[in-house]
Amino acid sequence: MGRHTALHQSLRNLPQRCLRPMAVLCLAAMACATVGWTGASSAADTQHIKIGYLHGPLSKEKISLIDIPAPNEGLAGAQLAIDDNNTTGRFLGQQFELIDSEIKAGDDPAAAVNALADQGAAFIATSLPAAQLLKAADAGKARGEILINGGAPDERLREQDCRANVIHVAPTRYMLADGLAQYLIVKKWRRWFLVSGSHETDKLFAEALRHAATRFGAKIVAEKEFKDTGGARRTDSGIAEVQRQMIDLTQDAPDYDVLVAADESEVFAGYLPYRTWLPRPVAGSAGLVPTSWNAAFDQWGALQLQNRFKKKFQRFMTPLDMQIWTAVRIVGEAASHANTSDAAKLFAYIKSPDFSIAAFKGQKLTLRDWNLQLRQPILLFDGRNTVSISPQEGFLHQVSELDTLGLDRPETKCKLQ
Amino acid sequence: MIDTRAIRHLGLTVLLLASTTAPGFAYTAYVSNEKGNSVSVIDTDTMATVATIKTGERPRGIEASRDGKFVFVAAGDDNTIQIIDTATRKIVGELPSGPDPEQFALDPAGKFVYVANEDDAAVTVIDLETRKAVAKVPVGVEPEGIAVSPDGKFAVCTSETTSMAHFIDTADRKVVANVLLGSRPRAAAFKADGSELWITSEVGGGLSIVDPATHTVKTVVHFEIPGLRSEKIQPVGINITHDGKYGFIHLGPSNRVAVVDGTTHQVVKYLLVGQRVWHGAFTPDGKYLLAANGLSNDVSVIDVAGLKVIKSIQVGELPWGIAMGPK
Repeated sequence: MGRHTALHQSLRNLPQRCLRPMAVLCLAAMACATVGWTGASSAADTQHIKIGYLHGPLSKEKISLIDIPAPNEGLAGAQLAIDDNNTTGRFLGQQFELIDSEIKAGDDPAAAVNALADQGAAFIATSLPAAQLLKAADAGKARGEILINGGAPDERLREQDCRANVIHVAPTRYMLADGLAQYLIVKKWRRWFLVSGSHETDKLFAEALRHAATRFGAKIVAEKEFKDTGGARRTDSGIAEVQRQMIDLTQDAPDYDVLVAADESEVFAGYLPYRTWLPRPVAGSAGLVPTSWNAAFDQWGALQLQNRFKKKFQRFMTPLDMQIWTAVRIVGEAASHANTSDAAKLFAYIKSPDFSIAAFKGQKLTLRDWNLQLRQPILLFDGRNTVSISPQEGFLHQVSELDTLGLDRPETKCKLQ
Repeated sequence: MIDTRAIRHLGLTVLLLASTTAPGFAYTAYVSNEKGNSVSVIDTDTMATVATIKTGERPRGIEASRDGKFVFVAAGDDNTIQIIDTATRKIVGELPSGPDPEQFALDPAGKFVYVANEDDAAVTVIDLETRKAVAKVPVGVEPEGIAVSPDGKFAVCTSETTSMAHFIDTADRKVVANVLLGSRPRAAAFKADGSELWITSEVGGGLSIVDPATHTVKTVVHFEIPGLRSEKIQPVGINITHDGKYGFIHLGPSNRVAVVDGTTHQVVKYLLVGQRVWHGAFTPDGKYLLAANGLSNDVSVIDVAGLKVIKSIQVGELPWGIAMGPK
C-alpha cells in the first residue's frame, strides 16, 4: 500500500503526464484516484525483477523423430511467462526480464549461478539433472538465490537431499507413477508386467511404479530388464529388427492386464505398443504416459495458453515448456500479490499459505510446505489426446486430493534447511 | 449418467407448477450449447425447449439486444459473434468480434458491445448500429468476464492470468484503473444501482465485492460446502436481483448455486442444480433464474422468491450461457 501512496505523490509531481487523462477523468470525479494506477507503469520507480533460466543441453536421443526437442524447448516457456508477467506488470509498475544461461552436461554450475546473481537475478528457473541442481542450489545459497526446479523429477531432491532454497515445479516420478496407477486401478488393470531400462533414471522410475503398485493395490506379475547395449536409436533396417526384439522381450511373461514400461532414457519403450506378444496395452514411458502437460490439452482455459504459445513460437508446447512457464509465472504471481521486487519478501510470500498459482489444471496449485513441491494433477496422454486426469475420483485425502500423488507429509524425509 | 436429481426435480416440479404457477409470463430464454454448436430456445411459460438454432463453432457468451429483436452469440472457434433474429430464429449477420470471443456485454443504451478477446489480451468495442469494430483496448492476459456499469461510463473486464479487473472509460476507451483479484477472475456483474461490482474468481474460489468508485476490494466472500473439497468450488457466473437483495453465484463443478445476501454478503443458501453450472439469467419479471448446467445438458429453474430449484429443462450439449428476451 505504501508504494501506491508514493506513486500518487510522484505522479502529482508529474502533472504534464496526467494532464490529458485528468481533464477527461475529472468529469467523473470518482475516477481521479485511479490515475495513480494508470500512470504506475510509466512512473520512475518501476520495480525490475530479473529471472534466470539455467539449463543444460537438451537430449536428442529420442525413439520417435517427433519427440526430438526444438532448440528452444523450456526457454520458450520462460519467454512466454515473462511476456505474461509483463502484461500484468504493465498495470502494476513491474517489469520482468529473463536471463538465459546454458551450461554443459556435467559442468559445475557454480560459476553460472554466481553470474546470474551478479546480474541481479535472484530467482532462477532450472532444467538440470539432480546432481547439477544440488550443486547450483548450494552455490546459490550464500547469495540468497532461489531456484525453481522445472526439470528434475527425482524424489531425492524433495526428500533426503531437499534444499530450503529450491522450489519444485516438475512433478516427481512418484507423482507421475501414482497418477498413472490410479487410472489403471480404476480401469481394473491390476496385473502389471513391468519392463524397465538399465539406466539409473529408468531404475528410479521403475521403483516409483513398484511403489505405486503397492500403494494402490496393483500386482506386478513379472519384471524384466531391457539392457541398453548402446547403438543408434534408428537404423535403416531398424523396424524389422525391433519387431522381433519386442516379441522376444514380452513373450514369456505370465498373463497380465497392462505392460508398464520404465524407460526415461528412450531406449525401447517407444517400440512396445502393438508389438507385444500378447495383445495388451502399454503404459508408463510409452503408450499411456503420465505428464504435466501435452500439446493437445485444452481444458480449463488451457486452449488459450496453447494458442498464445503457438502464435509466438510456431510449434507445440511440451511438458518442459509448461514446467518452466509455471516456474517463471510463480515469481510474477508473487510479485503482483506481494507488490514488491524484493526477493526475500517474494520467497516468503510464495511459501506462505496465501500463495497459489493458476496453471490451467482446473484448481489452484499450492506448494507442499514440507518440501516446496508444487501439488498438481497429472495428465495421462496417449500421444494424441488426454485420456484422463488424476487424481481419479474416489482417491481421497484428508488435506488435498492432490496429495494422493507422490510421497505425503508423514512419509517425507525432507528437513528444509 | 442417469440424473436422479433431475428426475426428482421433475416430480417436484409437476407438483409446484400445478399448484403455484399461473400462466402468462411470456418470455423466451436462449441457451448457448458450447458443444452442440446450437442455441436452445426455451418458452418460460411452459418451461420447455421449443426450438434449436444451429450456430457456429463453440457458442458461449450470449446476450439479447435491448429491444429483444436480436440475440447475439459468440461462436469462439469461428472468431465471430453471430446475430440471431428472434422473430425468424435465423442467423442474419455477424459482428467483428476479434479472435475467440467468449464473454461480451452490451452497454445500457444498447449502442456498443464490449467483447473480451481471450487470445489477444484486448477488449474489442463494436458499434451495434454500423456493426463495425470501433476500438481495441489492451488489457491483461486472457481477458474473460465483462460488464458495463449501469450508468454506462465504465466497462469492466477481468483477465484470468493477470488476475485483475480493468476499468475501461467508455468515452475515452482507455484503461483507467485496475484492481488485483483472486486467481482466474471469471465473471463480473454490477448491482443495478451501480454501488457494487461483483467478480468471481474461478481458481481463487471466492467472490470479490469491489467498490467501483474507489476501485478497491471491499470484501471477499468464500464458499464452503460440507462434504465438498474446496477445489470443486469454482465460482463462475453471477446474477444479482434487480433490487440488489440477492446475488446468485454459479459454482461450477460443485453443482451448486450459492445465494449471497446483497447487503451483508453472507451466503444464505446453496441450491443443488445440475453438473458444472456456468451462467444464468433472470426472467425479466425477476421471478425465475435459469442456470445452464454444462455437464448434465440441462437448465435448472430457480424460484427466486422461494430460493429453490423447481425444474430442470433438457437443452443441447454442454449448455453455457443464457440470454432472455420477450416471447
